Amino acid sequence: MNCEKQVAMLRRVQEMEFVAIELNLYLDTHPCDTEAINDYNCAVERLRVLVQEYEEEFGPLMHFGHGGFSQKNEWQWIQGPWPWEI
Amino acid sequence: MWIYEKKMEHPVRVCRPDVKFAKMVITQYGGPDGELSASLRYLNQRYSMPTDRIKALLTDIGTEELAHMEMIAGLVFKLTDGATCEDFKEAGWEGQYTQHDNGLFWTDANGVPWTAKYIACLGDPITDLTEDMAAEQKARSTYEHLIACTDDELAKDTLRWLWQREVVHFQRFGEALNDVQEWMATSKHMWCGCDREKKEE
Ligand SMILES: [Fe+2]
Repeated sequence: MNCEKQVAMLRRVQEMEFVAIELNLYLDTHPCDTEAINDYNCAVERLRVLVQEYEEEFGPLMHFGHGGFSQKNEWQWIQGPWPWEI
Repeated sequence: MWIYEKKMEHPVRVCRPDVKFAKMVITQYGGPDGELSASLRYLNQRYSMPTDRIKALLTDIGTEELAHMEMIAGLVFKLTDGATCEDFKEAGWEGQYTQHDNGLFWTDANGVPWTAKYIACLGDPITDLTEDMAAEQKARSTYEHLIACTDDELAKDTLRWLWQREVVHFQRFGEALNDVQEWMATSKHMWCGCDREKKEE
């Protein structure tokens, strides 16, 4: 249905989360690199916005209290497609 | 505790189903140098590591490897999508069809089931980090073999991305090894195991 849009919005989330993962691993072994800490903080903020935009259209990316807050009396977590089907 | 994110870490795509190639890719699911082995190896070694940054690194890389395992599962899922008994027979993977149909299972490319023997934990940080570095190199080589065996450009993109992650993990483990060696050199006592070291401080 809206698969193309979903893939595109997901791609932006994946890209920004990848930035965060890379910086996270780097900071594990370079914990005093203040420039990398700033970059990480920046990635966290941007990711939060992208995740929110995605979730408004396509439902929660996370569960167990970290996402899935429902305003519609509807449990959206169970809605496909699941990641391997996209 | 772990939280699931309902997405792949990186897109998994294929141009067309290819059961024969799926039979090869499955080794990165349940083979000796696959992503399940990697994840469990690192997450299990955390408990005997002496420094906080190494505990963090093993937690984080072990968690990322779980995401890679999901990507490999997705790749096999797409490569076998819609495959029939005939397709499995043609690919020489009829044993998979007989026992698992279109379900996934933890085996290597020769059908050997996953075993805990693939991973080690000696409880010594130098030994274990050296094992982790070797594991990353073995995974890197396996990805190179897989990339050489397909002309599916989309599958190649996914495999190249996973290949590159092994290179980064190797680099980070190397830095962690330096950290442990420095910690050993600067600690008050001779090295006699992390537990005793902590108690004596
Ligand atoms: Fe890795």
